[in-house]
Amino acid sequence: MVKNSESGGAAVVARELRVDRGGRRVLHDVSFTVPSGTVSGLLGPSGCGKSTLMRSVVGVQIVAGGSLEVLGSPAGSADLRSRVSYVTQAPSVYADLTVLENLRYFAALLGAPRGDVERVVAEVGLESHAALLTGSLSGGQGARVSLAAALLGTPELLVLDEPTVGLDPVLRRDLWALFHQLAERGRTLLVSSHVMDEAQRCQRLLLMRDGRILADDTPSGLLARTGTDDVEAAFLSMVDAQSSVTGNEVSA
Amino acid sequence: MSPRATLATTRRVLGQLRHDPRTIALLLVVPCVLISLLAWVYDGTPVFDRIGAPLLGVFPFVVMFLVTSVATLRERTSGTLERLLTMPIAKLDFLLGYALAFGILAVLQAALASSLSLFVLGLDVAGPAWLLVLVALLDALLGMALGLLVSAFAATEFQAVQFLPAIVLPQFLLCGLLVPRDDLPGFLHGISSVLPLSYAVDAMSTVTSSSTVGAGVVGDLVVVAGCIVLALTLGAATLRRRTP
Ligand SMILES: Nc1ncnc2c1ncn2[C@@H]1O[C@H](COP(=O)(O)OP(=O)(O)O)[C@@H](O)[C@H]1O
Ligand SMILES: [Mg+2]
Repeated sequence: MVKNSESGGAAVVARELRVDRGGRRVLHDVSFTVPSGTVSGLLGPSGCGKSTLMRSVVGVQIVAGGSLEVLGSPAGSADLRSRVSYVTQAPSVYADLTVLENLRYFAALLGAPRGDVERVVAEVGLESHAALLTGSLSGGQGARVSLAAALLGTPELLVLDEPTVGLDPVLRRDLWALFHQLAERGRTLLVSSHVMDEAQRCQRLLLMRDGRILADDTPSGLLARTGTDDVEAAFLSMVDAQSSVTGNEVSA
Repeated sequence: MSPRATLATTRRVLGQLRHDPRTIALLLVVPCVLISLLAWVYDGTPVFDRIGAPLLGVFPFVVMFLVTSVATLRERTSGTLERLLTMPIAKLDFLLGYALAFGILAVLQAALASSLSLFVLGLDVAGPAWLLVLVALLDALLGMALGLLVSAFAATEFQAVQFLPAIVLPQFLLCGLLVPRDDLPGFLHGISSVLPLSYAVDAMSTVTSSSTVGAGVVGDLVVVAGCIVLALTLGAATLRRRTP
C-alpha cells in the first residue's frame, strides 16, 4: 500500500516508525517518504496522529521503534536544529513580547541576517501588527507569528502543523502560494491539515487514519487510483477498501 | 554553548519583564517595604541589627524562586521550550540566559534594599557593603536554580506556587534566623546543615559581625555556589529534548 520513492530525493524517510503515547500505540509501524523540494500534505482526521508524526520528524517525540531519517541524518540530530524548522499546532511564541521582539529572539538564535525579521513579518502579512504584544493578537494572528518564526533563516525542511487552520481564505491562499514559492527554491515542506480541501494544494499527499498511512501518493494519482473526484471521497474509499481487506469493523 | 544564544535569551527575558512593569516594581519595592517594616517593628532593640542583614539575603532567594518557577513553567506549558529545544540553542545557554537576566534584577534589588537598610534605616554591619550585595546575589541565583528545578515537577502554576511553602519555608525555619542553628535539637541541626539557605544566612550573619572577609564567609559562599551549580545541573537534566 505504501509507495516508496527512491530515497535519493527524499527529505524524510520513515521505516516502520512506531510511537506509543500515554500507554497507547499512536503510530503503527508507519513507513513513508517526503520527497525533497515539494509541498507534501499530511492529511487526516483530528486525533489520527499527525502531530505525533511531525513531532517525531523534528526529533522531540520519544519513538518506540523503526527508523526515521531526516535530510540524511537520524531525526533529532544536533546538526538538524538549524536545518529543520517546526511550527507546533498551538502557537509557541511569547505572549508577553511584541511580534518583532519574538522574531528578533528566534532570529538571534538562528544567526539569521538582520533584515530577516522584516521579511518574514511581510510574508505572513503582519506588518501592521508588528509592534503589538503577541498576546493581544487574535488566534489566527498568533499562529502567523509562530509560522513567521519558522520562516526565519534558511531551513531546508519546514514542518508545519496545521498552519492555515482558522485563517481567512485570502490569507490561506497567500500562505499556500508562499509554501509553493519556498518549494520552488528547493525547500521541502510537510504541512498537516484535518481539512481535506487543502489536499488540492499539495504536490504529495500522506493520508492518515488511526495512526496508519492510508496513502502516499500525488493528489491526481490518488483520485485516479480510487476513481473518485475529491480527496474526501478518496479517503472514504480507501477506508472502505482497507476494512474489507482486513475484515475489521470500522471503528468510530 | 554560544554567548550569542545566552545573551539573546537574557535580552528576551528582560524584554518580557519590561512589558510587565508591575512585576518589576513589586520585585524592587516589596523587599524595601518589608525591611523598613522590620526596622520599625524592632525599633530600639538590637534584633534588627542581628537579623536585618540575613533577611536581605532571604528576600532575593524567595522572590527569585517564585519568579523563576513560574516563568520556566510557562515556557514548558506554552510550547516555547519545545520550540527552543528544536532550535540551535544549548540547554546551558537557556539556563545561563535566565540566570543572567534574573541576576541583573537581583543585584538591583539587593543594592536598593541594602542601601536603604544601611543609609536610611541605620542597619549596623561590620563587613563591607559590597559583600552584602554579593551574598544577596548568590542567594538570588540559588533561589533561581531551585525554582527552575522544581518547575519540572509542577504541572500547573498553582502547583508551582505551592512549592514555595514546601521548599522555601522549611529552609527558612531551620536556617538559623529564628533560632540560632547551634541551639537547634541535634536532628534538626543535622537537617539544617544540608539545606543551602543555612549557609547563605550564615554568610550574612558573619558579614554583620566581622569586618574582614574571613575563611568562614568564603566557605559558606562556596557551599552556596556549589548548590547553585548542582541545582542548575539537575535542572538542565529536566529539560528534555525528547518527550513522550
Ligand atoms: N501528550 C500526550 N499523551 C498521551 N497521548 C497523547 C498525547 N498527545 C496526543 N496523544 C494521543 O495521540 C493520538 C494522536 O494525537 P495527535 O498526534 O495529536 O493527532 P492529530 O494531530 O492528528 O490530531 C491521540 O489519540 C491523542 O489522544
Ligand atoms: Mg494535531
